[in-house]
Amino acid sequence: MSKPEKKMHEPLIHLVKRDAIPWYQAWAVRIIAVLAALIFSGIITIILTGLNPLEVYQKMFEGAFGTDRRIWNLFQNVAILLCISLAVTPAFKMRFWNIGAEGQVLIGGLASTACMILLGNKLSQPVLLLVIVVTSIAAGAVWALLPAIFKAYWNTNETLFTLMMNYIAIQLVSYFVFVWSVPKGSGKIGIINGDTQAGWLPVLGDQKYLLNILIVLVITIAMYVYLRFSKQGYEISVVGESENTARYIGINVKKVVIRTMLISGAICGLAGMLLVSGTDHSITRDTAGGRGFTAIMVSWLAKFNPLYMVLTAFLIVFLEKGASEISTAFRLNDSFSEIITGIIIFFIIGSEFFINYAIRFRKIRKGGKAQ
Amino acid sequence: MITAFIQRAVMQGIPLLYGSTGEIITEKSGHLNLGIPGIMYVGGISGVIGAFAYENACTSAGHGMNGALAILIPFLSCLLGSLLMGLIYCFLTVTLRANQNVTGLALTTFGVGFGNFFGGSLIKLTGSELPSITLTKTSDFFRTSLPFAKNLGWFGQVFLSYGFLAYLAVAISIAAAIFLSRTRKGLHLRAVGENPATADAAGINVERYKYLSTCIGSMIAGLGGLYYVMDYANGIWSNDAFGDRGWLAIALVIFAVWKPGIAILGSFLFGGLYIVHNYIPNLDFSKQELFKMAPYLVTILVLVIISMRKKRENQPPQHLGLNYFREER
Repeated sequence: MSKPEKKMHEPLIHLVKRDAIPWYQAWAVRIIAVLAALIFSGIITIILTGLNPLEVYQKMFEGAFGTDRRIWNLFQNVAILLCISLAVTPAFKMRFWNIGAEGQVLIGGLASTACMILLGNKLSQPVLLLVIVVTSIAAGAVWALLPAIFKAYWNTNETLFTLMMNYIAIQLVSYFVFVWSVPKGSGKIGIINGDTQAGWLPVLGDQKYLLNILIVLVITIAMYVYLRFSKQGYEISVVGESENTARYIGINVKKVVIRTMLISGAICGLAGMLLVSGTDHSITRDTAGGRGFTAIMVSWLAKFNPLYMVLTAFLIVFLEKGASEISTAFRLNDSFSEIITGIIIFFIIGSEFFINYAIRFRKIRKGGKAQ
Repeated sequence: MITAFIQRAVMQGIPLLYGSTGEIITEKSGHLNLGIPGIMYVGGISGVIGAFAYENACTSAGHGMNGALAILIPFLSCLLGSLLMGLIYCFLTVTLRANQNVTGLALTTFGVGFGNFFGGSLIKLTGSELPSITLTKTSDFFRTSLPFAKNLGWFGQVFLSYGFLAYLAVAISIAAAIFLSRTRKGLHLRAVGENPATADAAGINVERYKYLSTCIGSMIAGLGGLYYVMDYANGIWSNDAFGDRGWLAIALVIFAVWKPGIAILGSFLFGGLYIVHNYIPNLDFSKQELFKMAPYLVTILVLVIISMRKKRENQPPQHLGLNYFREER
């Protein structure tokens, strides 16, 4: 028996795309998401460890801001993560999924390492630093250029290509770590040029990370201006919104793709230089430490806006530092921080839905026929 | 020595095969699940938790372990764990339409952390000095192979010497290949991945297909983690031991041009490439690192070649990585 009413069936809920909602509402949603995530992680913490979550969050603050050294450390980590996030941003705005930042950073770091080891005693410090900066930027750019060329001319899937390039970079670094290991065959490079400090970034004042932070600050502002006010930045947005539109209004899409990826890779290479020459003065296969992947989340959470990215990078690093302090303070496993970070990112990702879509419930009809 | 090499290569390949078969089924629905490495970790540790609980229960009750239960409990808990991961991914990307790459990467962060956290906590519970969990008894059940395999010389070693999970992996891949190319539901699934709007217009329930394929894909991938711990690693869980195999499984998907049948052979090839440096005499450590690059180089080569030849049957699903919202057309 097919009833005619059945054709009138209307789903209980349906979704509508929203117009842009005011920024304060959007941020209210995001803040609620972070709070919900913290409450949820608190519950998880109690279940898993039986600890009082308030105490745990207090420890998190101590871990991040407890001492001067920790604060500087925090800012240094924010700077590096921010730098890599800025690097991937132009590519993402163009909808070019560069998930190869990890490899581009490592290869930039490897280039700095090579300069420091091979040219350390041959060039004067300013010349050496210049060579280091140029080669590491070039190395990162080349690593990004390859997938870009193939994307532009043959439409090769860039997500998969850049992902594979990461592991090639990691293995190359492992190879050279063995080749240059000190002492021979130990598989570790150790501090390079520890006595002469050749190729180390200079220390400003007495804060050894200050220069890194300033460099990243400059890049942040430059990237904001580039994306927001330059013609090239506009072209990137158009290509990202619609490739066909871009072609129609006479933008050379191939050129934009390749140029943008060169910029992306170059900044990644610079980040590698900041890590090797400005921070660690050494390299291992974990020097990038997954930041290339975290940066993608940072950039996306900030809606590709370099200024918001300062906040999101800060949030992520704060979580990591705080959670690792929890692990040591309560003698938990280190990986607890990854669980918490994952949960919070899930919540923020989920909250974007409520910013972009509105949920409409079925209206109750007169006479109460429909429920 | 060659038979030993092939045997090790197959054992290395099986986790990759599980991972890539799961990922192929997922990608056919248009979802690029970069959470596979995390899902495989969760699959592994869920199995370990199940096995750990059962072994401890048996020890404290003072009776021996039942073979069927010793296999079934870790197996089911592995499926449950990876299913939950798949559901998180689906809920965020299908229902909440979140970005797939970001969700996938977050899932990997979460999954690897989850695995290592519980790995570490269980180690603490056992109170042992070693930084690993040893579940030898359960592992023995998983590693039971045909009793007469040893008597058959090289043939037995190459083809019959594995635990049942290895054969299950091949069986699942063959079943997936048949499902995708020979059944109506498989056709529908591929339609969803190629062009969800058209599939929707043809009356296919796009969301249901996306949910089902991603969740089933995750469960299959999770078994790869279980195989690694219980069979390959002899029941020993140590943190981060699983390494980058999850990413290698994603590479294998490309190498196999999204065909589970090719993935079977590809996984053994990748397994061989993964360990070949151990079998080349006089190779120093540094050169070994270069050899480990091989699977990734081969994958890039395949990726470039298929995109240059533009053969339609070898392309990635057209809507791979893109979300579908009906009202956006």
